[in-house]
Amino acid sequence: MKAFSPLFRRLGGLLLGALLLPFAAGAHTQSSALLTVSASAVGVTGEWHLALRDLEDAVGLDADDDGRITWEELRARRAAVTAYAQSRLHWRADGNPVAWRVTDYLVADHPDGAYAVLRFAVDGTAGAGRLAIDYTALFDLDPKHRGILHWEQDGRSQIAVLSPGDGVREFTLGRPASPASVGVFLEEGIHHIWTGYDHLLFLLALLLPGVLAWQAGEGWRALPSSRAAGLGVVKVVTAFTLAHSLTLGLAAMGWVRLPVRWTEAAIAASVIVAAANNFRPFFTESGWRVAFGFGLLHGFGFASGLHDLGLRPGQLAGALLGFNVGVEIGQLAIVALFLPLALLVRHRALYQQLGLHAGSGVIIAVATVWFAERVGDFKWLPF
Amino acid sequence: MKAILALAGLAACCWWAAPVLAAPGTAGAAYLPRTGDQVLETLRATPGDPAVRELRAWQAKRAAEPTNVLVACEVARRCVERSRHDADPRYLGRAQAALAPWWDAPAPPVEVLILRATLRQSQHDFIRALADLDLAAGLAPRNPQVWLTRVTILTLQGEYAAARRACGPLAQLAPGLISLTAASGIATLNGDAERACARLRGALAGAGTAGAGERVWALTVLAEAETRAGRFVEAEADFQRALNLAPRDPYLLGAYADLLLDLGRPREAVQLIGAEPRADGLLLRLAIAEAALTPPPATFVAHAAGLRARFEAGRLRGDFVHQREEARYLLEVAGDPRAALPVARANWDVQREPADARLLLAAARGAGDPAAAAPVLDFVRTNRLEDTVLARWAGQLSPNQ
Repeated sequence: MKAFSPLFRRLGGLLLGALLLPFAAGAHTQSSALLTVSASAVGVTGEWHLALRDLEDAVGLDADDDGRITWEELRARRAAVTAYAQSRLHWRADGNPVAWRVTDYLVADHPDGAYAVLRFAVDGTAGAGRLAIDYTALFDLDPKHRGILHWEQDGRSQIAVLSPGDGVREFTLGRPASPASVGVFLEEGIHHIWTGYDHLLFLLALLLPGVLAWQAGEGWRALPSSRAAGLGVVKVVTAFTLAHSLTLGLAAMGWVRLPVRWTEAAIAASVIVAAANNFRPFFTESGWRVAFGFGLLHGFGFASGLHDLGLRPGQLAGALLGFNVGVEIGQLAIVALFLPLALLVRHRALYQQLGLHAGSGVIIAVATVWFAERVGDFKWLPF
Repeated sequence: MKAILALAGLAACCWWAAPVLAAPGTAGAAYLPRTGDQVLETLRATPGDPAVRELRAWQAKRAAEPTNVLVACEVARRCVERSRHDADPRYLGRAQAALAPWWDAPAPPVEVLILRATLRQSQHDFIRALADLDLAAGLAPRNPQVWLTRVTILTLQGEYAAARRACGPLAQLAPGLISLTAASGIATLNGDAERACARLRGALAGAGTAGAGERVWALTVLAEAETRAGRFVEAEADFQRALNLAPRDPYLLGAYADLLLDLGRPREAVQLIGAEPRADGLLLRLAIAEAALTPPPATFVAHAAGLRARFEAGRLRGDFVHQREEARYLLEVAGDPRAALPVARANWDVQREPADARLLLAAARGAGDPAAAAPVLDFVRTNRLEDTVLARWAGQLSPNQ
């Protein structure tokens, strides 16, 4: 220690300059991260808000070192931020480690500054009885850091404060693994088709001309027989179902995998094409073939919806069945609503003009924005 | 018909645009920024601040040899300095991280003890901070920082006799202006304000070689004493002189803003603090100033909500260091003295600066509970604390006593 003494003296001098006034400026917002988890029998998802000031120190965000962090800089560090987050948050389902995935990368403004938002899904939790969380983010960098955990389950919310040496919490998930989970996935399937507007609009684009037939030189004309018209619709829906069941199965089994963003963009493109076809058909094939071809694509989209729920090995068959049946039920409900109406009004010029053309026009407009969003990786529409 | 269509169109547009437009403005809600060049966060006021680069270099050195006590202390000291400069307490946590290998040690090296005491003081852990300083005084009785930090904590606690005793060694070890400011600061609170102010004024006039930091401190202590004495013109002039030396010092800005608020000049307080202060203490003064304007500006609601969110976050974390700010918020922004009283009382148990005395007195007065103010009145009498505002309020509180 003796050898250091001149340095210590220097240090003493520096200290004096630094610590004159008392800490009374009242700046007390220390590093916190917000972790919100929604747990249900079908899966565990959540949002993790991490302050950009903390991430700057943990992984480095300010690429051009100008003291300001832009969205471009934050986006460029997505892989590093994700890797850091995954190394500092671990999950165990019934004692076994399970993986978690970042599904969305966003931003939130809090009173003390901007935060990166990682939306995530935890894999392999469905059917688990207990779920444990082990949080160690930023503690090495800042022992005053706290993880504020909001655990939401069955409409109730619990709060826990995670601190160094006290970052583990365990929760009981309630409903155990059982055949009931097939029912749960069935519900999810229905939910998925009803809130998956791209699939809905695609189906609608195919259904709109289902009760009509294209006559060269005359345009769309109503099919004279209700039976033929109804049959046309049934063929379209069945072809779509068979096709997407096929690819959903392939993707869910892990045999075929497509990049999510480009699959989603292609789905948006398929909606545009299907609706454009209603103005002047350029597919020579009958409607059900078109439905089958594009249905293959939509199946991959359903697969990512199923994937987001987080599955455990051994659960796949039941989940796949439940989810797919759910999608079909949702679809049939839409057809049940649409078909009687369409059969009733198919002879009217209003349906052929306004219903078919204006409807298809709106579908094209919405799908074009989706396509641009998915290719450009931005969000403009609220749905 | 056209009108109906137009209305429907308008409604559709609102429905369409509302979630998109509202998302980024809603505090805490996740959104996707529209453009890549959108600035999300500003890390520091001056982009090319050399102190930031130096701190980073020291941090790298610490990462390479985390148990090198000299490097760790240098990092911690720079972080403490940074936390004061930016009013960002994150750096206090970073400082603690640098001292991690010694944080729980019963007898670490003296430099660690001093920094640990400073950090514990910032966490309002005064008892253990003073214990660290006792140890440090035994190891290095000639280190002026030991005595200065001790004076600071004891003054904050209202332990003026003990604080004065620590001024003895400090006077022999520290440069003139520092030891004189420390001693005068106590005297201004302890029955000798008039002469202490004169001494400070004289020392400032003769302190040609003193650094800017020391002068700012002396001027701030002087201006605060002048404010308590009701000599507002002098106080304002001294605040201005200090601001010329340190234009963005968060403590100084807060103290000067308080004077402007006392004098009924909220518009100037708003201007002084600036648009979006990050420090809770400055945001609090801004909200108080905005509440005093008629009508309050549009930003007031967001500022008040931001403060509430911070107190809530602190409560979740289990922090109690913001009680002074919270009591003042409840009293002067929310206008709820009944809610403010228990917080002000809890704060008085920890900190006993004139600001804390004022808070408890005002809360007791507003809540119609004069008995709650007894500890403050007792303190003011025992210590002969001279403060015109306190005296006036005390008079209004107990006209019959």
